[in-house]
Amino acid sequence: MKTKNKDPKEDLLAIRNMMERSSKFLSLSGLSGVFAGFCALAGAAVAYFLILDSGQIQFDNYLLSLGNTSASTVRFYLAIDAVAVLIVATLGAFYFSIRKSRKANQPFWTNPTRNLFGHLLIPFVTGGIFAFILVSGNNIQLVAPVTLIFYGLSLVNAGKFTFGEIHYLGLTEIVLGIFAAIFINHGLLFWTLGFGVMHIVYGIVMYYRYER
Amino acid sequence: MKNPISNLQKVFESRIRLGIMSALMVNDFLDFNALKELLELTDGNLASHLKGLEQQEIIVVSKQFIERKPSTTYKATESGKELFRQHLNALEELINRN
Repeated sequence: MKTKNKDPKEDLLAIRNMMERSSKFLSLSGLSGVFAGFCALAGAAVAYFLILDSGQIQFDNYLLSLGNTSASTVRFYLAIDAVAVLIVATLGAFYFSIRKSRKANQPFWTNPTRNLFGHLLIPFVTGGIFAFILVSGNNIQLVAPVTLIFYGLSLVNAGKFTFGEIHYLGLTEIVLGIFAAIFINHGLLFWTLGFGVMHIVYGIVMYYRYER
Repeated sequence: MKNPISNLQKVFESRIRLGIMSALMVNDFLDFNALKELLELTDGNLASHLKGLEQQEIIVVSKQFIERKPSTTYKATESGKELFRQHLNALEELINRN
């Protein structure tokens, strides 16, 4: 690092670089998003084809029409499916981001990383608990809109600590969540769009912008 | 017209001090280790620059114990932030002139 410098352009560049590096989590990899998207698509396929019987009957009417015992079995499998997707997608997100930080020779766990997680987790955990309550009650049809909306709010909240795309991904998820609430019979479709397709689209955009 | 160079702050001539201050402009406070990681400096080198900034009241230091471990955090003062903004504006004007 040079100690003295007379070129104001280089000074400004150094200032900008330091401001970004000290306040933003720049290790987030686009591949994390692509991987999470494919996990969600796989999870949605399992839900649709294996648990919901290829959607022969529209899914929330189907669930409401089931008797008590079989409804709770279906709910149980859907919850296991969702939790499995969440765990695998999160592990993938960590894997690709830690790999990116190693490649760039930057520490992974820094102040911006802590800020990002703090701001992400509050709405995220709230939404998770709320969704769990909905599943245990008789309101499973609201789970898709609720998870989309709370996930979107988490991303908007955490977006200022990382790349700007995350903010817009958050807004997209919120809009999809509201549509999922309006077209309540098509919850799984909007869930697949939001958690599957949008993660892949934004992940590819971020990968091409920042990692090539 | 005033020469923008007169607004360049001597204290920010060093790239290291410029870096410390840039980081403290966008973070409420940072501890010693965070600054060390960001600037990739040795303890002694960083400490001497921090001392310099502290003496000119551009930053304030506070020491406390977090879980029984001593922790030193650094924060930019209001006047320090103002000086930094003046310095930034002067840099910008210099670029626009050339």
